[in-house]
Amino acid sequence: MKRSSKSGKAIVYALLILGSVIMIFPFLWMFFTSFKTVPESMSIPATILPSAFRPDKYKEVLEKLPFLRLYWNTILLVFFRVICAVAFSSMAGYAFAKLKFRGKGLLFTIVLMQMSLPSQIFLIPQYQMVAKLGMANTIFALVFPGLVSAFGVFFLRQTYLSIPEEIGEAAYLDGCNQWQTFYKVMFPLTGTSVAALTIFTAVFAYGDLMWPQIVNNDVTKFTLSAGLATLRGMNTTDFPMLMAGSLLAMLPMVILYLIFQRQFVEGIAGTGGK
Amino acid sequence: MKTRKLSAAARREENWGWIMVAPTIIGLFVLNIWPFIQTIYTSFCEHLGFGHYRFIGIQNYTDMFSNTEFWKATWNTVWFCVLTVPVGMILALFVAMLLNTKVKFKGGFRTIFFLPLVCAPAAVAMVWQWIFNGEYGILNQILGTNIQWITNPSTAVLAVAIVSVWSSVGYDAVLLLAGLQNIPKTLYEANSIDGAGKIRQFFTITVPMISPSLFSVLIMRLMASMKVYDLIYMMSDETNPAMADMQSLMYLFYRSSFVAGDRGYGSAIVIWTVSLILLVTLVQFWGQKKWVTYDI
Repeated sequence: MKRSSKSGKAIVYALLILGSVIMIFPFLWMFFTSFKTVPESMSIPATILPSAFRPDKYKEVLEKLPFLRLYWNTILLVFFRVICAVAFSSMAGYAFAKLKFRGKGLLFTIVLMQMSLPSQIFLIPQYQMVAKLGMANTIFALVFPGLVSAFGVFFLRQTYLSIPEEIGEAAYLDGCNQWQTFYKVMFPLTGTSVAALTIFTAVFAYGDLMWPQIVNNDVTKFTLSAGLATLRGMNTTDFPMLMAGSLLAMLPMVILYLIFQRQFVEGIAGTGGK
Repeated sequence: MKTRKLSAAARREENWGWIMVAPTIIGLFVLNIWPFIQTIYTSFCEHLGFGHYRFIGIQNYTDMFSNTEFWKATWNTVWFCVLTVPVGMILALFVAMLLNTKVKFKGGFRTIFFLPLVCAPAAVAMVWQWIFNGEYGILNQILGTNIQWITNPSTAVLAVAIVSVWSSVGYDAVLLLAGLQNIPKTLYEANSIDGAGKIRQFFTITVPMISPSLFSVLIMRLMASMKVYDLIYMMSDETNPAMADMQSLMYLFYRSSFVAGDRGYGSAIVIWTVSLILLVTLVQFWGQKKWVTYDI
């Protein structure tokens, strides 16, 4: 009996380690390839490690793409998307959960409708609006479709619903008006959910490819994802350089992830699941 | 009878309610509702350039339905779903069950499986394109094969599907793991006294107990797979001979609307895709009655 559970455990570990290798290998391969020369990367049989850790390809890719700009644009995109999602969704989520007002049911139906429609259905008109405003090729254009977040409203409404009524009533009796009750008492209680929404919004804004490609065609207004797409378009055989570029593009988010693992996993899974 | 008159406090509450939802509702009108109506309208129009349109009735739809490239893209999208959804879910459930045993470094394993989620799909697709490379790719060398994974019409969608499953398995596993952890241990204990085998336990306890989580993962995965775009964009290009055999509906939408500039036709494609997604989702919601149990 004991033996079988012990060997069962060994199998579980073996499978988990095998899975981990499959998950990590592409990243290691990216890392090693980025230090190889082009002929070295094409050698058959392939060598795992580069013959030396030369930073040449990193220098090359930094010349090909204005990476500092791309980082900065991506940071701005993520920053404004997160601010808008958190601010507007918190207000609306609170109102939908705690306040009585006419039209509430109908307005919330609009929120649910937006959530169930794939975002691509809005793309062409959204692009035309940006173009008409003369805002193509700006940071504003990148942020535009994410100015409000129906998902954020839905998600934070759930959070506010779980806060007991008594807390709001106590604040109200203490002389707070609705805004003060929300801002000073209720909003500070939603920290975990706001963190989750922040991470969720940031990861998806960071990875999005189609919208930045559509609204911005000037490389100095690109995000990291769109920059990578251009890089690949420029050169299809210099894989060490492409790997160096991908690694540079991935790095900031991966570092943040490794620091805040638990918040990331719970944030992304917690928001998506239910 | 309710009286229409509100007290001063109730009126103030109502005003605050409207003020606080105003940014969201105005935003949704400008960014979503109006664009939604416009997309439906432009799908019946010809794009004359610079945002000018001319009404042409159902011309875009008849063009679309008589276009082989369009049907190929529809088929590719459906085939992509068939390849990714069932395999992805089974693998995710498997990983979740492994993580649900008493192992050390559980958090570490979870972190590793979840890693692709925080990486931009563009970067992920880039390294996989290199791994799949027909001439110098490491995968062919490991397997001892000589397959042109991405440029061969019969393997192109499969290659993208592998990357998609690899990217999402950790995320789905974390969702399912939450479901597994909610199953009371006593259920298994009571059941094992009855002498039920592990495999029967899996089908009589585990699957029914996590069927709500399985269902939400299924819906999410289906919707995401129907909309696949960035992996295909990054792993292929216009010069790829297998392009027609791997492009998805969303890729065709992007090319028609923003590369060819035919926004009326592009709108028709996106309306078609969204209708397909809604149809598939409705079928799933109807089918869930047969296997999802909410009331244990």
